[in-house]
Amino acid sequence: MIGNLPFVACMVLIALGMWTLLFKRNLVKLVIGVGLIESGVNLFLVALGYVREGVPPIYTYAPAGAPMVLPTPQALTLTSIVIGLATTALMLAFAVVIYRHKGTLDARKIRDLRG
Amino acid sequence: MTVVVRTVARVLFPVALAFGGYVIMHGHLTPGGGFQGGAVAASALALVLVAFSPARLKGKKGLFSALESLGGVAFVVLGFLGLGLTFFANVLAGAGGLFGQPVPAGPNPGELNTAGTLPLMNWAVGFKVLAGLGAVVLLFALFGGEDDR
Amino acid sequence: MSIHAPILAIAVPLLGGFAVPLLAKVHKGLRDLWALLVVLFVGACVGVVAVHVFTEGIWVYVLGGRHPQETLVSGGFPIRIMLVVDGMSAFMGIIAGFLALCAFPFALRLLPEEEGKSLALTLGLLLLAGILGMVYTGDLFNFFVFLEVTSIAACALIGFRTWSSRAPEAAFKTMLLYSLSGLFFLLGVAFLYGEYGALNLAYVAAQLRGSGVDRLALALFLAALLMKAAAAPVHFWAPDAYGEAPAAKTLLLVVNTQASLYGLWRVLFTLYGGLWDAGIGWLVVSLGLLTMVVAAFMALVQTDLGRLVAYGAVSQIGYMMLGVGVGLVTLAGRPDYGLVAVKGGVFHMLNDALTVGLLFLCVGAVEWAQGTRDLRELGGLGHGLPEVALCFLLASLALAGLPPLNGFASKILIYQGSFRLSPILAAIAVLASILLLAVYARAFQGVFLGSRVEVQNRVPAVFLLSMGALAVALVVVGLVPGFFLEGVVAPAAEALWHGRDLYLAAVLGG
Repeated sequence: MIGNLPFVACMVLIALGMWTLLFKRNLVKLVIGVGLIESGVNLFLVALGYVREGVPPIYTYAPAGAPMVLPTPQALTLTSIVIGLATTALMLAFAVVIYRHKGTLDARKIRDLRG
Repeated sequence: MTVVVRTVARVLFPVALAFGGYVIMHGHLTPGGGFQGGAVAASALALVLVAFSPARLKGKKGLFSALESLGGVAFVVLGFLGLGLTFFANVLAGAGGLFGQPVPAGPNPGELNTAGTLPLMNWAVGFKVLAGLGAVVLLFALFGGEDDR
Repeated sequence: MSIHAPILAIAVPLLGGFAVPLLAKVHKGLRDLWALLVVLFVGACVGVVAVHVFTEGIWVYVLGGRHPQETLVSGGFPIRIMLVVDGMSAFMGIIAGFLALCAFPFALRLLPEEEGKSLALTLGLLLLAGILGMVYTGDLFNFFVFLEVTSIAACALIGFRTWSSRAPEAAFKTMLLYSLSGLFFLLGVAFLYGEYGALNLAYVAAQLRGSGVDRLALALFLAALLMKAAAAPVHFWAPDAYGEAPAAKTLLLVVNTQASLYGLWRVLFTLYGGLWDAGIGWLVVSLGLLTMVVAAFMALVQTDLGRLVAYGAVSQIGYMMLGVGVGLVTLAGRPDYGLVAVKGGVFHMLNDALTVGLLFLCVGAVEWAQGTRDLRELGGLGHGLPEVALCFLLASLALAGLPPLNGFASKILIYQGSFRLSPILAAIAVLASILLLAVYARAFQGVFLGSRVEVQNRVPAVFLLSMGALAVALVVVGLVPGFFLEGVVAPAAEALWHGRDLYLAAVLGG
């Protein structure tokens, strides 16, 4: 059971993020919602690569015969973090520009495009 | 900001930059690498922005942009180096010269002068991330000032 | 060099994109020349790849190894990142290359220097690299990475005009959807990785057992890719995005949407082609019908020319989904009409790229000439801009599927295939086409007909060159559809229809 805790945690994070996206109307909070989902997915990836009693996957450090944790999910997570950084920065930049034009971050009051 | 913050920032700025450089440099031996090191070094820039006025760094936007492009170009060019075999093939590893030593066998603390193109790619990515993140942080810091364009 | 063509098609625009800001500091003309050369080179690479794939079969290129064809390491496990280009990938590559060749000269003239032209060119080249990466890669995680590259570059282009309040709003909306779609895709990849310990598409496809986790992953892939391809319930970002991006760059956005559709076909036919269930096919068919009808009705009420054309473009997505969806429904028995429908759907991707691309360039030219896209203010431009009017007319007739233009050739195949499955499907598709004809007739009448209006800004020759290239392609495809159907569409459709075993064998051997 305790081994499943990271997976439960990441599902909670994803659910929280979806809830934020669905029910919040502040642009910055929407960005935070995307960030929460992203953290959940990243946690899922890292938890996948965990091996009980494993050592870090560094070839020259590992004692002989010890199991290594999987390095691939860590590389995937890192890539996804980098991408997440770029998307978050871009979305925040758009929020800043929208705020400059409209003086508000409330998604309900920003409705130039509809129909 | 107060004198305390400024003084601490003055002390920490070179430390953070050096640590970022360390993380980039040892990317092929220990956890870390270009992105992580670049992010650490960019945090030094963020510290400066918080402690001092962002206006002092305003003129550096062009520098950041050029450095970022250079990092990107360097990374792709390092990939092209392998075209004799395949794209991204690590032709420098084990070939002697810079980063060209063979990896020693068995448990050891790690030999810095190994891994061929990988450390060079780490440096390229490190500079790209440092410049890119620095520019992002700088632009957000400038927002809300008198002339925030 | 030609053995490296697939990776060069991705790496050179990447390098070109990064180098653009540096060259801009040296000389502006040099930068423009450089961007053009890069796009020409990409076009050449894409052509080389396509010729090779159509004549000799699937082209596998492994990165970072000793040899480009060394797919497996000892133990029979594909560990390296690889590009796998089959007929469908090569077909998408041609579309991307041709549209980029038409878009970049137009963009070089359209974008003003003081509005960050270098940045837009960089983003355009990165978007091109991402699209080609998406269609050429044979690795699930790399597909995600390239998906995100296109998301970021596309959204930055959409929100490019920060001085208007509309563009950042469209960009924010699109970015929210795109990042959600990317994360769904990544979660699906993580599920499959957790179960099979591999990221190579062919390897995972060979291992897939159809467990609950696989189904969950399929649901996530479907949600992610349909979201990014602007299928019906989540199509609302597309008109905003297409309408707000600089006109020439919208062409690349159209190809980006199609690349997401390509990803959907790849997942459904190649990854999950082994365990089939017609329910997914019906889902694609019904969402396709919904998309074409909803978008056609929405196009009727638009007053902004850009948004009107954008809704027309979304509606075409529905036709592709209908065509290929009919193939998915019938995949178990593989009857002939299923292949006809798939061919129609795939052919329509090419035709949609040409016609919608031409329409967006016309919108760009009209906006350039008059400074507005509002249908209530425009009118009478046919006297001053006869070439633009002719292009718009050709493209709208083709989009509505009138013979002898290219849209007819692909739509008739879709109608034939779907009619055999159920006449109702074909009837709805024809109805949506008629609606679109009405929409475009109204737009044409509103913009180009009426009493003569003075043209404020002369349309430059480069614009006409780009539009002419697309218009000629559109007419040629319409006049000799058989040639294109046999030459490029049939290999692509057959790669989907029964190319799964070949795809797997190309990577895994045997």
